[in-house]
Amino acid sequence: MTRRLLGTTRRVLIACAAAVLLFVAAPVRAQAPQQPTAAQQGFVPVENLPQQEHMPAAPLVGAAYAFAWVLILLYLWSIWRRLNTVEREMQAVSRRVAEERRP
Amino acid sequence: MKRLFPLTLLVVAAMFVYAPFAILGAPQESTMGLVQKIFYFHVPSWMAMFLAVGICGVSSAVYLFNRNRSADRLAAAAAELGVVFGLIGLVTGPLWARKAWGVWWQWDARLTSTLVLWLIFQAYLVLRRYGGPGSDRLAAGVAVFGMANVPFVYWSVNMWRTIHPTTSVVPTLLPGMRGPFWFCATAFVLLFALLLAARTRLETRRAELEDLYLALDE
Repeated sequence: MTRRLLGTTRRVLIACAAAVLLFVAAPVRAQAPQQPTAAQQGFVPVENLPQQEHMPAAPLVGAAYAFAWVLILLYLWSIWRRLNTVEREMQAVSRRVAEERRP
Repeated sequence: MKRLFPLTLLVVAAMFVYAPFAILGAPQESTMGLVQKIFYFHVPSWMAMFLAVGICGVSSAVYLFNRNRSADRLAAAAAELGVVFGLIGLVTGPLWARKAWGVWWQWDARLTSTLVLWLIFQAYLVLRRYGGPGSDRLAAGVAVFGMANVPFVYWSVNMWRTIHPTTSVVPTLLPGMRGPFWFCATAFVLLFALLLAARTRLETRRAELEDLYLALDE
């Protein structure tokens, strides 16, 4: 079983190395890059924007930040909950181990 | 470590509370306007994702060659974080694109390769959870394969046709944008370190629980 797993792992690693070689050897610049459009090479700050610019973008910006915040908080809560579950289970199993070892 | 954790958590929370004010104070971008402000969370989330992928790949390689269990636990923790931070990037990107490009999604080299990278680490997690005995080693191979994709994802914007901003954007940021950006990037990296510590602790406690069950069986 172990030998088979080692063989599979080796095959995965070889496939990985082959993929890297393939990409490196391939003519990656075969397609000439198109002329860069505005804001692709760098961001240019501006003092005043037309008023209509502000409204449609605001919900998108709000949604992006809200999503990041909510996901981070949910993930923190999920780690805390899973850690608590494991700690409770550990205490229960430790008690059982101690009871079984008692003469 | 136990004393450092709550202190760092407080610092990170304060940074995340202050971040929107720093971002609002940054100048507007001339062609994209307000929607460009998504950049201050979008890019740092990918930075955290790449950090996670790097840690997962290197730890997996160490586990494959040395059978070091703690390296495997670190890899599992980093993979999950990679998926979480990758999800932030994958959701905030289309929200930015909708206004800047007029479409939610574009099947270009950068967007497609990041989606593939994210799916590889999803596959890693699924394999570990449902793969049965020995799946940890197969998953480690997948993680090494996933890590090898990172340079292609990073340089894809410079090599292939794409409408995504190139890698020259961050190094050429003007001072008004540079400050808020690196502030957010620091907050994300610190948050990543905190979550990685907590998630690795969870993996360690799970391993200890498994040992306890084994002791009970004997």
